[in-house]
Amino acid sequence: MLKITNLHASVDGKEILKGINLEIKAGEVHAIMGPNGAGKSTLSSVLAGREKFQVSQGEIEFNGKNLLELSAEDRAREGIFMSFQYPVEIPGVSTVNFLKTAINEIRKYHGQSSYPPGDFLKMIRQKMELVGIDNKLLNRSLNEGFSGGEKKKNEIFQMAVLEPMLAILDETDSGLDIDALRVVANGVNKLKRPENATIVITHYQRLLDYIVPDVVHVLYDGRIVKTAGKELVAELEEKGYDWIKEEVNRA
Amino acid sequence: MIGIEKINADFTKLFKEGSALLEKGCSAVMNVCRKEAIEQFVKLGGIPHKQENYIYTDLLPVFEKDYNVVLKYIRQDVDINEVFRCAVTDLITDPILTVNGWWFDRNICSELPEEVVICSLKEASLKYPDLFYTHYNQYASKANQDSLIALNTAFAQDGVFIYIPDDVVLERPLQIINLLRANGDLMAFQRNLIVLGKNAKATVLVCDHTLSEQSFLMNNTTEVYLGENAYMDYYQVQNQHMGAAQINSLFVSEQRSSVFDSNIISLYGGFIRNNMYVSLNGEGGECNLYGMYILDKKQQVDNYSCIDHIAPHCTSREHFKGVLDDMGVANFCGCVRVRPDAQKTEAYQTNNNLLLSDAARINTKPQLIIDADDVKCSHGATIGQIDEEAMFYLRSRGIGLDEARMMMTFGFAHDIIQHVKLEPLRKKIDSLVEKRLRGEISKCNNCMLQCNK
Repeated sequence: MLKITNLHASVDGKEILKGINLEIKAGEVHAIMGPNGAGKSTLSSVLAGREKFQVSQGEIEFNGKNLLELSAEDRAREGIFMSFQYPVEIPGVSTVNFLKTAINEIRKYHGQSSYPPGDFLKMIRQKMELVGIDNKLLNRSLNEGFSGGEKKKNEIFQMAVLEPMLAILDETDSGLDIDALRVVANGVNKLKRPENATIVITHYQRLLDYIVPDVVHVLYDGRIVKTAGKELVAELEEKGYDWIKEEVNRA
Repeated sequence: MIGIEKINADFTKLFKEGSALLEKGCSAVMNVCRKEAIEQFVKLGGIPHKQENYIYTDLLPVFEKDYNVVLKYIRQDVDINEVFRCAVTDLITDPILTVNGWWFDRNICSELPEEVVICSLKEASLKYPDLFYTHYNQYASKANQDSLIALNTAFAQDGVFIYIPDDVVLERPLQIINLLRANGDLMAFQRNLIVLGKNAKATVLVCDHTLSEQSFLMNNTTEVYLGENAYMDYYQVQNQHMGAAQINSLFVSEQRSSVFDSNIISLYGGFIRNNMYVSLNGEGGECNLYGMYILDKKQQVDNYSCIDHIAPHCTSREHFKGVLDDMGVANFCGCVRVRPDAQKTEAYQTNNNLLLSDAARINTKPQLIIDADDVKCSHGATIGQIDEEAMFYLRSRGIGLDEARMMMTFGFAHDIIQHVKLEPLRKKIDSLVEKRLRGEISKCNNCMLQCNK
């Protein structure tokens, strides 16, 4: 589904990603872990198409298309979804209106007609139940005055509605208490399908107790320095990142 | 300078030569005020030029056109109902039309409570001398330093008169539809007086439209008196063409425990100046002034307000928001004054602006003058662009650049629209604003003439 080859990216002239190689297949959950400043969020931003990051080298192929040629909105329409670490508050735009616009813009891109209004609300209600969010959220301005937990739940709710091929959860666990974390993780698990894939970016083991990854990568200094199975999570939690840093620096 | 001097001289000449026509059919109260006003106009030096309250407003291009001024009512050669249709179709109102500032002679106001008076201002000035003596020009004269308001008092002959006696509550909103339609460029004056007795309640919706492509300069002044515990919900939607200039002045005198809510939406027009003066004369009064202006091309919108807290325990909230594109210029000047006796005043004032282009300009001046020591007041203004992070957020959900910008802008504006209490009107304004922001209202869309101006 996703193939990243030798990806180099910089922001404000500073190189952050220094040759990332990563391949993700349908049905897989990949965790990307790593210390602060390793480039985890940069990677997710580059995938989502944030313009302030410049790609200087390398390729990203997504379902046979050159992702780097697509605008942020076209990437979303092709099936990429990034759950924001800090979801943005947008006053005056209701959540329901926002979702309706998003879904219809995506459908238009694929040459489909608008979502039938009656069915849309029915679908929205189902997805709300799935993620466990409050009905009242729908007519409130998008994320405005939401608590940290509500914002993250709202991200997962959006993901449920938009049904992406590839979901990138960027530090979705940050700022969540254990109950909210469980709700968010359950939502993600329920949305898992054989045909879609997930990238979970996180510092901690916590979230990965609930969303069990197939593959775990450690990102350090702009490169993936270690790739292993889910057992790596426990090892990192126990030993921290220093031993990996040492390994890399020795080599 | 020569231009302004000539314009000023023309006004005094017109006043002298037209005085017989000007006075015809108006009561002595109106005509006495008229004479004083022209003197005041001259004393103030005529059209405001480099004056503090008009510092960013160049009135010369507005006044220098070769307008006709018509000092008597001319019957329209078409049925207004044929050329104008109200866009707010779900809203059942009692419509009142004016044409070029004059009471429309085929207005029917039959289904109103008997004791309510709605008629031509001119006619009312003769029929209700006491009310005129008590109220006419009593509130507008507060702005005695503004020569454009003096000009209105000097030249206005007609308009709408509304009297709602004590304890009468109007069920349906009154809709005043001000239409401009002429064969040549026209300058016109309109004067309205609205008096609400004790405990009276009314909703008034004012719609300003142009029905022909000529240039217009409308100078319209409305005085509102709210008796004790009276309530008025006031809306104004300004939707005129690029060649239209509007000086719209609103004076509100609030007595004890009365409430004045207003929402002024400047949707379209070449030049719009809104003057709003509210005085809170009795304890427990409340005033909420909301407004929104959307500008593009070379439009100019000025909002000038003065809220005067005279009595204690009153509350005022003022919030104006603007969206400016292309070379639009907006000015906001709001002054909240708290007099020495007005303890326990609460006054909040905000002005927010969204600039969508590099050439758009906003001058904003929020002001507080506080002479009492036990008050809660705040004021502030912001000028900004669309938040890039928010744009990215919307785009990352598949929403295209234009649609995302539209959503952000609309969201910004909706903050004001949400204060509209009548649901059909709120929905209508929502959709008008959306259409406006999408560039679909580049003419007055209600006009059957579709003159593309």
